[in-house]
Amino acid sequence: MSYLFESFAGWQSYCQEKDLNLYESVIEYEVTQRGKTEESIWNNLDKAYTVMKEAVETGLKEEMTSRSGMINNGAKKVYNHPVSVLSPEFQRLISRALAAKEVNSCMGRVVAAPTAGASGILPGTLYTLQEIHNLSDKKILEGLLVGAGIALIIEQKASLAGAVGGCQAETGSAAAMAAGAMVYCLGGTVSQIFNAVAITIQCMLGLICDPVAGLVEIPCVVRNASAAAIANSSAQIALADVSAVIPVDECIDAMGEIGANMETKYKETALGGLAATITGQEISKRVLIQDIEILPDEDLPE
Amino acid sequence: MGTKSSVFDMIGPVMIGPSSSHTAGVVRIARACIKILGGIPDEAVITFYNSFARTYEGHGSDLAILGGLLDYKTDDANIKKSFELAKEKGLKYTFKSIGNASVYHPNTIKLNLTKGDKKTEVVGESLGGGIINIAEVDGFHANFSAQSHTLIIKAQDISGAIAFISSVIAQEKANIATMSVSRKGKNDMACHVIEMDSGIEPLTIQYLRSLTWVKELIYIPDIDL
Ligand code: SF4
Repeated sequence: MSYLFESFAGWQSYCQEKDLNLYESVIEYEVTQRGKTEESIWNNLDKAYTVMKEAVETGLKEEMTSRSGMINNGAKKVYNHPVSVLSPEFQRLISRALAAKEVNSCMGRVVAAPTAGASGILPGTLYTLQEIHNLSDKKILEGLLVGAGIALIIEQKASLAGAVGGCQAETGSAAAMAAGAMVYCLGGTVSQIFNAVAITIQCMLGLICDPVAGLVEIPCVVRNASAAAIANSSAQIALADVSAVIPVDECIDAMGEIGANMETKYKETALGGLAATITGQEISKRVLIQDIEILPDEDLPE
Repeated sequence: MGTKSSVFDMIGPVMIGPSSSHTAGVVRIARACIKILGGIPDEAVITFYNSFARTYEGHGSDLAILGGLLDYKTDDANIKKSFELAKEKGLKYTFKSIGNASVYHPNTIKLNLTKGDKKTEVVGESLGGGIINIAEVDGFHANFSAQSHTLIIKAQDISGAIAFISSVIAQEKANIATMSVSRKGKNDMACHVIEMDSGIEPLTIQYLRSLTWVKELIYIPDIDL
């Protein structure tokens, strides 16, 4: 039997008992639950990471304007700006997260990790981490497996979908996956990895899903950048053993509880928050199709 | 409890943006349709219903449906260029929007396709996360996901047909996941929809096709293949 990813405490003790690395238990799960071979798992991970890196590069190179016009080559502008607010590395981190997510908004190829709306966060953080620390691809793939284990638990205890749990469930979960993966890649202990997840969730709690005109563009794209930044700050805090105090499983429970009580208008329906602002509604009028036929009753399909 | 999520639901799928219900699901509906039609259509009339009626353009579902009709898969970067590619390949298309078909699922698309003298009408639903349901085929209730291997058999409504078809499939050791029959009163026709866990041999398909009471047989292997 493999571990079924029901809680972080359970995952930790399972790996301790069996003397397994976190990523090894994720492979074991995929082999026993989904009947995959280890080789095909590594191949698929490699493919996913390749698509992630391509998305970053495409977003920084090619024309990125969405059909609504709301997304318009932002990542390139950030990447090339002469002033670095913090450091050139930070500037690259932010522009890469934006780039991969812009590719998603502009109908390019991405990896939904865990969802399409959050598809810039793991590419932005891992690409940059690999570059700064000179990590091997194998290490990054192991980190992706750790991230997948984190997402499996969040899916069971709370949710990964904006329509169910708000944006905390999408960009929040992706940031938690990224933070855990980063601490893993830098040699952190299991406790430090889970602490990074806990801190990230604490930072992302309560975030609503309020996409303007219902499109996965505003605020989704900038939230991929901020989530990437939060993942980095959490990793930095966790590596120094500064405790989240509230254990990671309880942080996820809180996320589930908040998601369950969040009003429907803040769950991808585009009825609240930024979507409901004056400008949000104007944009919605412009981009949504207005000349819709309304059938007389007798012509409706039965 | 159902199947456990895969690592590649967490790190994946690889897909064309922006959203799994507006792109991946829509591409899949179109891919199921060309299997039903038997090839890429010359002409397509595409009607988006309800929520899709308003949002299809902003989310690029128009590109996704044409991409699928041109036989591109859910992760093919060509989908973005579907308007030009449709022109190149001689696929004529018209889009319509209907806002109030409340009997349909919020994200419903109807496709009326023509290829030579063959015509078909399919109603598909994008259920979220890229999962689809083909609700109707040529006016018959169908309800299949096109994720497994699907057989659609239009036949005269004779007694014993269901038992006969299932025994033929059983001989192939193909496991039937779901089977349904729908009838369209007037001409005594029945439409059998059978979803199987694995594929069946061309010879079996030929045999079923050769039966006098079978009018049409459509075989749809896994649409992502
Ligand atoms: S605002 Fe909603 S649609 Fe946008 S990234 Fe967040 S959860 Fe996804």
